[in-house]
Amino acid sequence: MNHILPLPVAIPLAVAAFLTAASSVISRRTADWVAITTGAVSVLLCLLVLVRLEEIPVAYWFGGWQPTNGIAFGIAFTVDRFGLVTAANVALLGTASLIFSYHYFDSVGTLFHTLMLVFIGSMVGFCLSGDLFTFFVFFELMGATAFGLTGYKVEESSLSGAINFAVTNSIGAFLMFLGIGLVYGRTGALNMAQIGRSLAMASPDSLLLASFVLIMSGLFIKGSIVPFHFWLSDAHAVAPTPVCVLFSGVMVGLGLFGGARVYWAIFSESLHSQEQALRTVLLFGGIFTALLGGVMCFLQRHLKRLLAFSSISHMGIILVAFSLFDPVGLAGGVIYFLIHGLIKGGLFLCVGILLHRLESVDEFDLRGKGRAVPLSGVVFALGGLLLAGMPPFGLSIGKGLIESAAEKAGYGWTKIAFFFASALTGGAVLRAAGRIFLGLGREKGEEKTGATEQEKPETKGSHGLMLWVTFGPAAALIVLSVLLSASPDLSRHGVKAAAEFQNWRGYGEAVLYGKDQAFRNVQVPPVAKFSPVSGALSTLGAVLFAILSLFLFKLSKKAFKFMDRSTDLPVRALQAVHSGHVAEYIAWIAFGVGAFGVCLAILLQ
Amino acid sequence: MRWLPFAVTAWLFFVGLYGMVTSRNMIHLIICLAVVQSSTYVLILSVGYRTGAIAPVFADWPVSTPAVDPVVHALALTDIVVGATVTALLLVLTLQIMKADKTIDPDKIQPLRKRK
Repeated sequence: MNHILPLPVAIPLAVAAFLTAASSVISRRTADWVAITTGAVSVLLCLLVLVRLEEIPVAYWFGGWQPTNGIAFGIAFTVDRFGLVTAANVALLGTASLIFSYHYFDSVGTLFHTLMLVFIGSMVGFCLSGDLFTFFVFFELMGATAFGLTGYKVEESSLSGAINFAVTNSIGAFLMFLGIGLVYGRTGALNMAQIGRSLAMASPDSLLLASFVLIMSGLFIKGSIVPFHFWLSDAHAVAPTPVCVLFSGVMVGLGLFGGARVYWAIFSESLHSQEQALRTVLLFGGIFTALLGGVMCFLQRHLKRLLAFSSISHMGIILVAFSLFDPVGLAGGVIYFLIHGLIKGGLFLCVGILLHRLESVDEFDLRGKGRAVPLSGVVFALGGLLLAGMPPFGLSIGKGLIESAAEKAGYGWTKIAFFFASALTGGAVLRAAGRIFLGLGREKGEEKTGATEQEKPETKGSHGLMLWVTFGPAAALIVLSVLLSASPDLSRHGVKAAAEFQNWRGYGEAVLYGKDQAFRNVQVPPVAKFSPVSGALSTLGAVLFAILSLFLFKLSKKAFKFMDRSTDLPVRALQAVHSGHVAEYIAWIAFGVGAFGVCLAILLQ
Repeated sequence: MRWLPFAVTAWLFFVGLYGMVTSRNMIHLIICLAVVQSSTYVLILSVGYRTGAIAPVFADWPVSTPAVDPVVHALALTDIVVGATVTALLLVLTLQIMKADKTIDPDKIQPLRKRK
């Protein structure tokens, strides 16, 4: 059973190499089937490992290079529940987008499949890495394939979106690499467990702090935390729809997952005494991201951009969950990440259907035209409600856990920010659903309501099979997110995964000394009780926001004019900041890293 | 002089960053990105450096001779490969932009434009 662990990474990479080599020989359809099967096999392998977790050693050493006396010579993959579930989610969303692309890009040959498989393989590898440098290499590989996929359509805007994405994320990778260099200089180790044990005795000095800030900034650029988030909306707006599913559903969240992994495996013990300062900085960063993302989401008319800003907002909520340094809070974050990925994947696929059938992704262009695809409308609206945290479904469970942990830590007010983030992002989707599928609201938008462009359809012609191939995955993802919430054990499993993830001492003993029980037999704190009220409120808020933005002009001309005038200046300012200029984004990154470091330096004792 | 490699690292990083922020030409910007990246090589190599030690090849030396750390060389090599990939990809994208837009001024290239 031990040797199964590298397979979910190795198989997609090997098949990708095969597809490239055989690209001139095999037909597009064969490539489709090979790619879809590979994705499905990866999902099954991840699930198999998850089910038989107790029988599998925590660490898998490539080439059998076992550690001696607690010193690692080889490179390790490590298994824990959080990493595995994330890996399974990556493979699942990857498979769904490959099925969706069955009739996509009729002329592309097999290169698209190759890139997608490498992308999936590298993300799964990122989840399983137990070695800081392997972790970095998978991070880079996932970046490089993502840049290529973003510019895949080779249109004007997709090219510049891909450039913004590639430049900002490369800077992130360099920052992370500098941090890794400092950590290596300090400890002489690259294995995360060994670094963690070696730093456990260290006091938080300036070198440690610098490497922490550098590594985290690199990961936060991927995780699109304000002010590192600018690339995301540009990249999402122009990337092919099946690629967006993977971007929003998992890749962005992997930045935060990576941050959590690095924090708990490496820094948690040495920075333990400084948790209060870290919590303050990260929590406010998360709240700010959640609110800004929510507001920007509500202002968009380009559907992909709208969903992109909604992802930014939800990443803010997940960062708050991680920054509470509490198993219940982290559990909420894990569940939130998982379910959000499924819902966002489903929503993006619905947008892909609109683009295919109606040849537009602009909310005002599509007004009322969505009646041609009513089923997608149902799924899209349901996705909006789920995104707003409708109880008793997934996101409300995740959010409930986060809020109860925040309450315990003395940050009960975060639920107000969460309300606005959920209501604005859910409301924006519901508003778009109302306008597109029911023809509600005004016909013309104001110029200021956001950048847009005429997107060329990614498909040609209509096929009989098309409906099921495209609609099937979209509906399946949303339904799966609902089914997962039906499991009464969801929060218990989440808390168990989180407690295991935070058990740095057990992790070190399991990886370096083979004492797996120290890692697996972790004390699981009781699952916090939370009321469904906050989820219900944010759902109501979302419906209210949607109704107001669709009908306010009918209800009261005066109120509408007032709203229009009073929001004019801030809206213009926000739009101006999200300019699309790569130079400005770089300046923001420099500012963000500096501000992060300075805030920590001031707050640390 | 222990601080010198770190000073060079910081200098390369910031000068590259400055070049990117003020760049008016996409190719210039991509080369500046490569400058930023070279700062990481300097840091990682200086971390593994030992004064007076040999290169980590023991063909002519007894195995106990002090040698510089070979791990950092492997890391730097991997990073160079990644950097080459990303630079090549960015240059291809720039070439395509030039074909479509007839400009490679970053100020004139924007992902989405407002529709008039």
